[in-house]
Amino acid sequence: MQAEALLDVRNLRKSYPISTGAFTKSERRTVAVDEISFALERGETLGIVGESGCGKTTLARMLLRLIEPDSGELRFRGQNWLGARGADLRALRRRMQMVFQDPVASLNPRMRVGAIIGEPLAVHEPDLSRSKRRDRVAEILEAVGLSAESLDRYPHEFSGGQRQRIGIARALILRPELVIADEPVSALDVSVGAQILELLARLQREFSLTLILISHSLPVVAQLATRVAVMQSGRIVEIGAAGHVLGAPRHPYTKSLIAAVPQIPA
Amino acid sequence: MAVRLDVRKLTVELPTQTGWVRPVNEVSFTLGEGETLGIVGESGSGKTMLSLALMGLEPPGARRKGEAWLHERDGAADLRGINLIAASPDEMRPLRGREMAMIFQEPMTALNPVMRVGSQIEEAIRVHESGASKNDIHQRAIRALEQAALSEPEQRARQYPHQLSGGLRQRVMIAMALAPGPGILIADEPSTALDVTVQKQILELLAKLRKELQLSLLFITHDLGVVAQVADRIIVMYAGRIVEDGPTAEVLRRPRHPYTEGLLRAAPRLARGNLIPIPGTVPALNALPPGCAFAPRCPYHVTECDAAVPELRPASKNHNARCILVPCAQPTTTN
Repeated sequence: MQAEALLDVRNLRKSYPISTGAFTKSERRTVAVDEISFALERGETLGIVGESGCGKTTLARMLLRLIEPDSGELRFRGQNWLGARGADLRALRRRMQMVFQDPVASLNPRMRVGAIIGEPLAVHEPDLSRSKRRDRVAEILEAVGLSAESLDRYPHEFSGGQRQRIGIARALILRPELVIADEPVSALDVSVGAQILELLARLQREFSLTLILISHSLPVVAQLATRVAVMQSGRIVEIGAAGHVLGAPRHPYTKSLIAAVPQIPA
Repeated sequence: MAVRLDVRKLTVELPTQTGWVRPVNEVSFTLGEGETLGIVGESGSGKTMLSLALMGLEPPGARRKGEAWLHERDGAADLRGINLIAASPDEMRPLRGREMAMIFQEPMTALNPVMRVGSQIEEAIRVHESGASKNDIHQRAIRALEQAALSEPEQRARQYPHQLSGGLRQRVMIAMALAPGPGILIADEPSTALDVTVQKQILELLAKLRKELQLSLLFITHDLGVVAQVADRIIVMYAGRIVEDGPTAEVLRRPRHPYTEGLLRAAPRLARGNLIPIPGTVPALNALPPGCAFAPRCPYHVTECDAAVPELRPASKNHNARCILVPCAQPTTTN
């Protein structure tokens, strides 16, 4: 069997018009993401690191097709992901899910946890009976370390770390192959963030996930990533095995990022 | 080293539906002239409430107890000082800004968005020097911007906060805080919202200013790496109390409280290691355990832990930990 990349990204580019005033139309555009190419193997964890404004979140949104790139190619499971429409689009979309930074803003405060986690099921597997759906939700809650009683409670009854677990459960309920986590621990305390990183590592093994971990923090990425891409001004300036990029960086920008990390004395 | 701030059993109480809670609980420490004291803790540890209480900026309805003596610079001979906790609002007003100033995590929320940054700094000076001439105040504002390492200060002074990057805004905040010439600066997570390369510049700037101005710095952070860079000594807080204090390098290399040890094991580092999370979460202030507040999450928990809140015990010279296993426990150094 030929080892085919789960996600193949070629020359992805996205630019936005520069607003110069309310009534003038500008011809100038600012390039948010440019010349992004990489292939994601099944089961690997790619860490994408960069400072604010480097384009890492724009890239994540394009990979999920939440925004459309100006140009470039995206193949997901060997299929043309950018060209997918209708039923094809839905079938592919359920195989990639996102975990967000802010577990408060990304959960509907008026919905019970069971409904929040079960919603993707209701959309993608509408034939599932209510009790079956409830069973699936309870099962995934247990996998992320929450009790089945959480089903009937509201998001505000949970701590930040527990809410992030709910967000992860919602992302995993459809059994996706690819999960993109955008700053999943940066809103959390250190001790709780470590719980979430450990959970992601365990779930990746249990669910055979391919993971893209986006973070501004090199130490966070270092914990999970097998490969690391460093972004600056919309481009990948360095990509390679995590040990190489973090241990023996080649690009001056990677070096300066590593040098700026405040180190705890060993 | 002359003591600038002497805090004794400072307690802050807040009213809740279920009674009074103590976000700050009998906290005692001293801050010396030119010293940087790091206050480390996670959310809910009481570190921010502590700094607000020192400035007299605690939320309405809060009660303060204990003492916080502010001593004058070079005031070794004059031991009286002023008790910030007993001071009236009229007594506090000239102290706030002029003797002690504060900078915050997000400068955008602390700066006035519709006022040029130069005017905001001038205002901070004018409050304390109503007699000074307009030109004199302007010159001092420009000098403050220069001091905070802002290039082209005259031009910066005419800009609005939204025209500046996060790092420049934090420099403006620092300029504004230091313009009236305070000896004590409280910095509450001043670099947390910034990118690492900008954070490094801000930390270096604070270190430089501290040396030049003999500033006493109270540096509040959740980041053990940051505190390792800036602080001479650190205090670790948990659920409102100090659980460990001592010289920075010693506390980080040989933590004596299980919570500090747990934090160090849970902190991601560049070298890939085994992160060991602390199980559970911080207890709610209205549902604290009867004994040690960390006991429910502690790997070394024994029944005696639940009997009473442990005292701070000396673990070595200048190093204390609030744990009944000190000094018997021999914590293994992590990593």
